[in-house]
Amino acid sequence: MRRPALWRRHVGVAVVAVALAVMAGGRATAAEAGDGDGLRGTADLGIVIERAAGRVQVVDTTARRSLGAVEGLGDLSHAHAVYSRDARYAYVFGRDGGLSKVDLLTRRVERRVVQAGNSIGGSISQDGRYVVAQNYDPGGVKVFDAATLALVADVPASYGEEGKRSKVVGLADVPGNRFAFALYDAGEIWVMDLADPRQPALTKYRDIGRQPYDGLVTPDGRYYLAGLFGEDGIALLDLWHPEQGVRRILGGYGKGEDKLPVYKMPHLRGWAVAGRYAYLPAIGRHEVLVVDTGTWQEVGRIPVQGQPVFVMARPDGRQVWVNFAFPDNGAAQVIDTLEQKVVKTLTPGKAVLHLEFTPRGEAVWLSARDDNRVLVYDTASFAVLADLPADSPSGIFFSARASRIGF
Amino acid sequence: MHGPPSGRRSAAPRGREDAGAGGRLKVEGWRLSGGGRCQGAMSFALAVLLAAGAAGAETPPQRERELVRLVRQDCGACHGMTLAGGLGPSLLPDALRDRPAEALVQTIIHGRPGTPMPPWRPFLSEPEARWIVERLLAGFPTEGQTR
Repeated sequence: MRRPALWRRHVGVAVVAVALAVMAGGRATAAEAGDGDGLRGTADLGIVIERAAGRVQVVDTTARRSLGAVEGLGDLSHAHAVYSRDARYAYVFGRDGGLSKVDLLTRRVERRVVQAGNSIGGSISQDGRYVVAQNYDPGGVKVFDAATLALVADVPASYGEEGKRSKVVGLADVPGNRFAFALYDAGEIWVMDLADPRQPALTKYRDIGRQPYDGLVTPDGRYYLAGLFGEDGIALLDLWHPEQGVRRILGGYGKGEDKLPVYKMPHLRGWAVAGRYAYLPAIGRHEVLVVDTGTWQEVGRIPVQGQPVFVMARPDGRQVWVNFAFPDNGAAQVIDTLEQKVVKTLTPGKAVLHLEFTPRGEAVWLSARDDNRVLVYDTASFAVLADLPADSPSGIFFSARASRIGF
Repeated sequence: MHGPPSGRRSAAPRGREDAGAGGRLKVEGWRLSGGGRCQGAMSFALAVLLAAGAAGAETPPQRERELVRLVRQDCGACHGMTLAGGLGPSLLPDALRDRPAEALVQTIIHGRPGTPMPPWRPFLSEPEARWIVERLLAGFPTEGQTR
């Protein structure tokens, strides 16, 4: 590069910086602190579920501190949260069927409905207008207006000739204002289209495998995968070629060997994909399965310390972090995706239930339920950056989920 | 789905059993299935009674607190922290009342093949599993309580 160009650019940067400083005046400090003018963004905020207390903490991932708590959210064991497309509101799904719309800025419950007897989570439509809950009892999904939480549609997960209702698992938003989910008891995958939100159109795929336990959609929104508990393998649906139906991948990965007992169900989401590979928990094996998303063939297995529960890629895909089911839930392991092996074992505390990366992955937050704390690690040095008190913390959900498909 | 467990070392009920006064088990006429090591039904029943008594008398308070936490938090991962059910069925007294208590003990110890229920034998003795069943039938304590 020639010298004059570089010189001109430096001057340009300096002029812009001075101009901004003049315009901003004394507000720079106030803006850094997130107060003063009373305005702040939400892209570095999130919530930590305090499962036994029916409460969430609103946390700031820049300051690495709690901003305050929001109470009265019911039974939050197995809670899940998704975000409005402006990332201001968290929709928190409780085990008791409660669906609460929490304002991250005012830290108040804006709306709340109890929509089922037993619920495990939910999702939000591509256009942000509909929130969908997945329920065990009564088995099915329900569609709500994201602004008001008014019921828009009720879709029972009925199957078989007697019309029994199945527990619904693995709900994920997919492009086209559609949702994919799996029926645990029926062994089916359904795709629901909200083109007419009051009359959702359903496409049903039957005999997809025994006991699907959770599902994920790849970050591009193309493939829906349902993990199977009742047999070795994963059901795969190409949403760009729905006419091809569901096919099985990783069939028989256990090769007939006895399974180890599973003391907690693994969870799947699009975070499994790092670069061209998906990293998936084996069921009943202390392994992470590595799958090429171009061919959907298994390309490797990585031995880990226990039954994996969350297998989560750092947003840049260079690392995959794993936590484990009881009794190995005091550890977390880090896989280097170039070396395809565990390069670090951490012991963050008792009962490490969940982890969440900051949006660009420089830090990861882990909840240690039985130590009543949340730990923040630097993902490069593995140094502990913060240690925050929380009452039996479980799920950690950052607002960056607002812009991701299938979260 | 709700039959007795079919594990190799499981016991199958043959006689009468119920949760008697105070939740203490009264069991008569059990046999071991498939193990080929059958003892007399009466001596096995005696052993069960002794074990049940030992659980009541000998599970130390600290261990009882651990068991309450284990059930609420780790069983609760599938059965719900309130034990009202999740992927696994409800463990509330109304849901369990019609089930043979000893079958519940054996389900805890050996798991239930064909379902996600794993064997808890590596972490629980039979007397401890029996203590858990007694407490479940009576309405399970919340953490910080043991009865």
